Amino acid sequence: MTARRAAPHDEDRQMTSPSTVMLDLDAPVIELSGARKTYLTGDIEFEALRGIDCRIYPGEYVAIVGPSGSGKSTLMNILGCLDVLTEGSYVLAGEDVSHMNEVSLASARNRRIGFVFQQFHLLPSLTAVGNVELPLVYAGVAPGERRERALAALDRVGLADKARNHPGQLSGGQQQRVAIARALVTEPAIVLADEPTGNLDSRSTADVLGMLDDLHAEGSTIVLITHEADVAARAQTIYNVTDGQFVGDSVGIAK
Amino acid sequence: MRTADLLSSSWSAIRSHKMRSLLTMLGIVVGIASVVLTVGLGLGTQKDVSDQIASLGSDLLIVSPGSSTDDSGTRGGFGSAQTLTLTDAEALASTVAVPDAVGVAAEKTSDLSLEYGESNWTTTVTGTSTSWTDVRSRELLYGDFFTEDEVTSAADVIVLGSETAHELFGSTAVVGQDVVIDGDSFEVVGVLAEAGSSGDTSLDDLAVVPMTTMVETLDDSGASEAVQTIYLKAASSDVLSAASQEAQNLLLNLHGIASVDDADFTIDVQDSLIDAATSVYEQLTILLTGIAALALLVGGIGVMNIMLVSVTERTREIGLRKALGAAPATIRNQFLIEAMILGLSGGAIGVVIGVGLALALPSVLGSTIVISGLALVVSVVVAVGIGAVFGVYPAARAARLAPIDALRDQ
Ligand SMILES: Nc1ncnc2c1ncn2[C@@H]1O[C@H](COP(=O)(O)OP(=O)(O)OP(=O)(O)O)[C@@H](O)[C@H]1O
Ligand SMILES: [Mg+2]
Repeated sequence: MTARRAAPHDEDRQMTSPSTVMLDLDAPVIELSGARKTYLTGDIEFEALRGIDCRIYPGEYVAIVGPSGSGKSTLMNILGCLDVLTEGSYVLAGEDVSHMNEVSLASARNRRIGFVFQQFHLLPSLTAVGNVELPLVYAGVAPGERRERALAALDRVGLADKARNHPGQLSGGQQQRVAIARALVTEPAIVLADEPTGNLDSRSTADVLGMLDDLHAEGSTIVLITHEADVAARAQTIYNVTDGQFVGDSVGIAK
Repeated sequence: MRTADLLSSSWSAIRSHKMRSLLTMLGIVVGIASVVLTVGLGLGTQKDVSDQIASLGSDLLIVSPGSSTDDSGTRGGFGSAQTLTLTDAEALASTVAVPDAVGVAAEKTSDLSLEYGESNWTTTVTGTSTSWTDVRSRELLYGDFFTEDEVTSAADVIVLGSETAHELFGSTAVVGQDVVIDGDSFEVVGVLAEAGSSGDTSLDDLAVVPMTTMVETLDDSGASEAVQTIYLKAASSDVLSAASQEAQNLLLNLHGIASVDDADFTIDVQDSLIDAATSVYEQLTILLTGIAALALLVGGIGVMNIMLVSVTERTREIGLRKALGAAPATIRNQFLIEAMILGLSGGAIGVVIGVGLALALPSVLGSTIVISGLALVVSVVVAVGIGAVFGVYPAARAARLAPIDALRDQ
């Protein structure tokens, strides 16, 4: 039941990638070994992840699918350093984060992870560019550089002209694109997207997925969690989670 | 996170909830305004009293018989000894021996019963010289003080304090009336203007007669030469200590005493009276400040309450900030700074309101309010401190939130 690396990097993309996170392209960005997560609710133990092994390489576009309650969000929390494993190890971009304390985890999230959430999670009091700047604020980047990088990220998602808008003045699709810009602005090792289109209509869904395709084409490593087959179909690799385990062989899709 | 970003982040959180922030500050505003007012009122009353006492003469030296302190620090024979005499008073009046004194008035007192018709009233009758009004800074309401001639002839004349006159006659316009003391009839030649009170002795319940009259007619102590007090008025408050030194040397010489430690008299400065009165008003100030402190405590609890609500309401925001890389300490500092900004703003507004009221109230209440810069600075510092102290718990709660739980919060 070990998920293998499904799709090798094709020569072309490696050549054209403008930015790859790791210098060593053959070292995985994510390496999960024997990952287990047990929740304790009162006296009841519940094992949400039951031994997952998984490697994700730079530039890969991975989808994680599975029925409700199978453990997708739990896995995403682990991958995003929002939670820690009960058992097993997790190496993120060469750094073992399995036993890190909260402060180091916060720093790891800030440097390595770009989150895209189902509910967008933009701060309504900040403008679009202000929201995109947030991760850089916590990284301690100076205001001038911050603004420049945030505007560049907004430009990448095609929202340079909406930089001064507040989230309330943007459509759902635009809000999610601002969230994607925020995920990109730190140049993270991976972009983690949990049901990014769950709150969007079909047009905005196509918009956002197109956006992710573009990022993939530009060399970003993307992990997408979804329960919709046609959304998952955009990815190179699909992992199927059931009852906290990967089932079947991961499906590699040639693009 | 950079400090400037932390500050601006806290500031914008406060600004995005203007009404709530204002209401939160209100408790601190009221507390600080009342601190400023009560401290100002306390200091003002204290100043009023000091001024009043100073107007009696802070250029005044008071010489009393007996030593004020013995080796064990207790008073020995102070006031009751008979070591000061009329001769001493005459010597002190010499401009050669005590050049820095401009007036001397000895007092020989006796508690006596004054009668007028059916009414009688016991008061302190003081025998003294004509310089008394000048030395004790007293003025007459009616009539005149007794004259040098009346002193020489030991005339049966008397000057009454306004309260004494009122008790005896039911009025103060009593010049020309007669009062009877020990069967002798005295003509009232003047009534003193009011001077208030010093400590708990009224300055308006007294009767003054010429020293000669006191010695020859009224005193039956058998110690006709002895006086209770000699007042010396210095040329100005600047030469008060010089005058004190001169008087001390002269008296030591006259009494044949070699060492100051053996002195059979004591020289006091009027300031000690001010000190006594001041301490009363200091206690008042402390009491009022205590009440204001309670108001501040209530204000602080208000801050904590609203900060807790704010943490609960912003759970998702906290979760997001943590997901984006905010360390627990960063979140904690943000909330702590928010609470401190609330305290600072509340304190500043409170100071402005307090000072405004302090400027407006005296004309309404007729009381003096002294605004002390130190009190204002301390008030603002205290307000910020209250924000910090009552912000600690909500801030710690925010910092402890687990990011996944916080993000899931609806
Ligand atoms: N904090 C928790 N405490 C206890 N049990 C939990 C906790 N979080 C998740 N679980 C349980 O773990 C299992 C996996 O949950 P998870 O949220 O990962 O599912 P999911 O695959 O994301 O489902 P969905 O598609 O509905 O979002 C569920 O049975 C859930 O009840
Ligand atoms: Mg889920």
